[in-house]
Amino acid sequence: MDKIIEKHSMIGKRVTKLDAPDKAVARTRYINDMVLPRMLYGKILRTDRVHARILSIDTSAAEALPGVQAVITAKDTPGGKIGVLRDNPPLKGDVVRCIRDEIAAVAAETEELCDEAIRLIKVEYEDLPTVFDCTSALANGAPIIHEDRPDNIAMEQNFEHGDMAEGEAQSDFVVEGAYNVHYVTHCNMGVSCTVADYDTDGRVTIYTQTQYPFNVKMDIAPSLGVHPGDVRIIQPPVGGAFGSKLDVYPYEPICVFLAKKTRRPVKLIYSREEEFIASPTRQPVEFKIRAGMKKDGTLTFRDCDSLLNNGGYTSWGATTPYVTMRTMTSHYTVPNVRYRARAVYTNNPFAGSFRGYGNVQATWALETHMDKMAEKIGMDPIAFRLKNANPPNQITPQGSNLGCIDLVGCIEQAAAKSDFLAKWHANNKAWAEPGRFKRGIGIATSLHNAGGAKIHKSDGCGTMLKMDDYARVTIITGGSEIGQGLDTVLAQLVAEELGVPMRDITIINNDSALRPWDVGVHASRTTYIAGNSAVRVARKARDQILRAAAAHTNMLPDMLDLRQGHVVQAETGLALMPLDRILRQMHFAGAEAELVMATDYYEPPSEPEDANHMGDMSAAYSHAAHVAEIVVDTRLGTIKVEKIWSAQDVGRVINPVGLEGQIEGGIAMGLGYGLSEELKIVEGKVLNPSFRDYHVMTAPEMPELDLTFIETGDAEGPAGAKGIAELPTIVIAPAIGNALYNATGVRIDHPPLTPEKVARAIAAHKGLLG
Amino acid sequence: MSLTHKITFALNGKPVRADADVASSALELLRGAFELGGTKLACGEGECGACTIIVDGRSRNSCLMPAVDLEGREVLTVEGLWREDGIDPVQQAFVDEGAIQCGFCTPGMIMQTKYLLSRNPDLTAEEAERGLEGNVCRCTGYKKIIAAAIGAGTGARD
Ligand code: FES
Ligand code: FES
Repeated sequence: MDKIIEKHSMIGKRVTKLDAPDKAVARTRYINDMVLPRMLYGKILRTDRVHARILSIDTSAAEALPGVQAVITAKDTPGGKIGVLRDNPPLKGDVVRCIRDEIAAVAAETEELCDEAIRLIKVEYEDLPTVFDCTSALANGAPIIHEDRPDNIAMEQNFEHGDMAEGEAQSDFVVEGAYNVHYVTHCNMGVSCTVADYDTDGRVTIYTQTQYPFNVKMDIAPSLGVHPGDVRIIQPPVGGAFGSKLDVYPYEPICVFLAKKTRRPVKLIYSREEEFIASPTRQPVEFKIRAGMKKDGTLTFRDCDSLLNNGGYTSWGATTPYVTMRTMTSHYTVPNVRYRARAVYTNNPFAGSFRGYGNVQATWALETHMDKMAEKIGMDPIAFRLKNANPPNQITPQGSNLGCIDLVGCIEQAAAKSDFLAKWHANNKAWAEPGRFKRGIGIATSLHNAGGAKIHKSDGCGTMLKMDDYARVTIITGGSEIGQGLDTVLAQLVAEELGVPMRDITIINNDSALRPWDVGVHASRTTYIAGNSAVRVARKARDQILRAAAAHTNMLPDMLDLRQGHVVQAETGLALMPLDRILRQMHFAGAEAELVMATDYYEPPSEPEDANHMGDMSAAYSHAAHVAEIVVDTRLGTIKVEKIWSAQDVGRVINPVGLEGQIEGGIAMGLGYGLSEELKIVEGKVLNPSFRDYHVMTAPEMPELDLTFIETGDAEGPAGAKGIAELPTIVIAPAIGNALYNATGVRIDHPPLTPEKVARAIAAHKGLLG
Repeated sequence: MSLTHKITFALNGKPVRADADVASSALELLRGAFELGGTKLACGEGECGACTIIVDGRSRNSCLMPAVDLEGREVLTVEGLWREDGIDPVQQAFVDEGAIQCGFCTPGMIMQTKYLLSRNPDLTAEEAERGLEGNVCRCTGYKKIIAAAIGAGTGARD
């Protein structure tokens, strides 16, 4: 009975997430749900000052409280610091610099007891002079936040390419603008949580939400006074991360200190209020842009200077200029560019990384500015962008080869599908017409890395594979799952290579003692890099199986294929033997016995940025264009986003379900950034630490979405795919700002476009018009 | 000392007894004594819907409901939807539509959907959006959740 098995590709198929059923029935145990035997709870006492010297900390009453197992302060710690500049001691012993600062911590049998103990700790302070904005912090005589940085500059980046004077001389028009982007926060549904556990030999296991498990070992070890090799990182399922867990934050070493002191597992979990106050924010930035063009719209130069409010300590926020710089120098073709960024210490809370990194901020500023430039020379926003769009294989001023990009396609598709130009012209003419409700349409585009970002010495990912006697596959990947769907993508790619059903693939992704190294989840890199490594390891296994099968069938390996659990003749699809049978024959072959096991370490062909910011730091680049159509209530200032057309270069679609989910979710987050979300920080204090007062998008606020995937087929990416998860968050807000202008003639340079701000701006505009 | 009351109620179809601390919420009791971790704590202030359960046929934020108020009630949590004959059509719809990413909002979303469908098995998109307005999801952008809610309406069990 000859059985013929056709080739059915998994790539591009609608596949549901592997972990979805467990999540739907609540079998999934999140880190927030974790309980270990004899586990204690930990809590942190935070300061109520924004800049003060600590005179004394009295923990005696807390220590005396029955059930309290440990109370610790800075003097109980080895004194090592964390953060990108190692400027943040997990517990502060001498000075507090911002409202979230950690003074002491307790471990006790219950959370309630912890709260009670925390209330019993008495701290005496001497207030120090404060500073909250960058300009004041840079002024002579400003309060100094860190003694070793008397100028208050935490980090500075400078880049120049071409000849700025020449660019200026060639310009027929120069447009200037200033854009201040605000504080927002991740609002992961699962609040920050960690569990630490010591063994008798001084090794520590940390259960954490981290997105970069292997670097965290290196970064946390000095603060703990242990060897990085003695830190084991386990990542249980998390309720979102979005960049918030890319650094070590004080609660993690603090939890370890408590576990060390008590010799018991300790769980430290935030309240929602604490999550708002003591999580890293998105980096706020003050941008100034000057940019020139010729009469025909050709860009001549672009000059961007930016100040970043660094808050009291340095986390990844201060490094967002590395990404912002790429947008400011390389989005659209600009022959002469200059970029400067300074991250300035203040007494505000500090920023970390957040989906889109510095590009959400940069794209708001640049794409608002581009619209102003187009208007200045009377070009429509589409024509102006198309005129200056980078072509494929463009070499950017920073030395990136943009490769197979299609910005032109993104713009043209989004514009055509939305009937952009007809609507845009009609709306422009309707400004002066009477009527409370005004319709507007706007576009924005963005450039982002789509094949990782080599910010460490390696941007690689390791994978190990084994197959058992039943043709079940285990993939042990360095890549991390934070809800984005990595496991599903990997299973799909491996199923494609090995001809096994996805359900027969187990993905192990959560234990640093088992997994090979990976940088972590950031820079839209995981599908690309962990995906490539998984494909490569599967191909090694496949080759091993086909070699053995060839010997058994008297054929050559390349005449064979693996399909639907069978070894088949590649040309005809004729089934030759079940896959599990050849695996068993390989296994039980006496002296010739072999198991199918393979390893791979994939290093993408990218290069680290050098000291002059030159380097092709990503293996791929990509664009998205978003068009937003809105209706503005000019009296109340509310903006109803009716529809968004998104056109994004995704390389190749691997799984439409996952892709749509990432883009839809990214758009919702970007809409919040543009319209409603703002962490209000006044004099260093967070004024709205709750969902009631910090407005994330809800279901009825979501507009209709029209998604177009542009498949450029990246030669290096797994099955041609590119990283996709950040672009949708990056590009939407300025499209709405530009639509507001198209609707009303009112420009708002500083997001979010809240009803109050919009109503005031419209009223002021009308006042100006008389 | 904390004050507790002995209460009895029906939990996912079975009668149960518990010592309910007068100061604790239904959420704490369910997650604690009953180890029903599917009911999520995400804000504790009635602002996100992650802790949604169904009490006597109505959806409630269990984080705001005193534990002692469960006395004599019929309580359904997400764990009660998965039965020997399979998972609930609402759960299946969330899986099939791709409505689950990190999944932390999912139990609350599913319970609220279950409640909405019990009132009206033929939800329109607009009704589903309004009915789920109090449930925050940070991952999905809601589109697939709404699709699941509408899709599950046709042929929902009981
Ligand atoms: S946890 Fe109950 S509403 Fe948020
Ligand atoms: S799926 Fe993550 S919060 Fe909804």
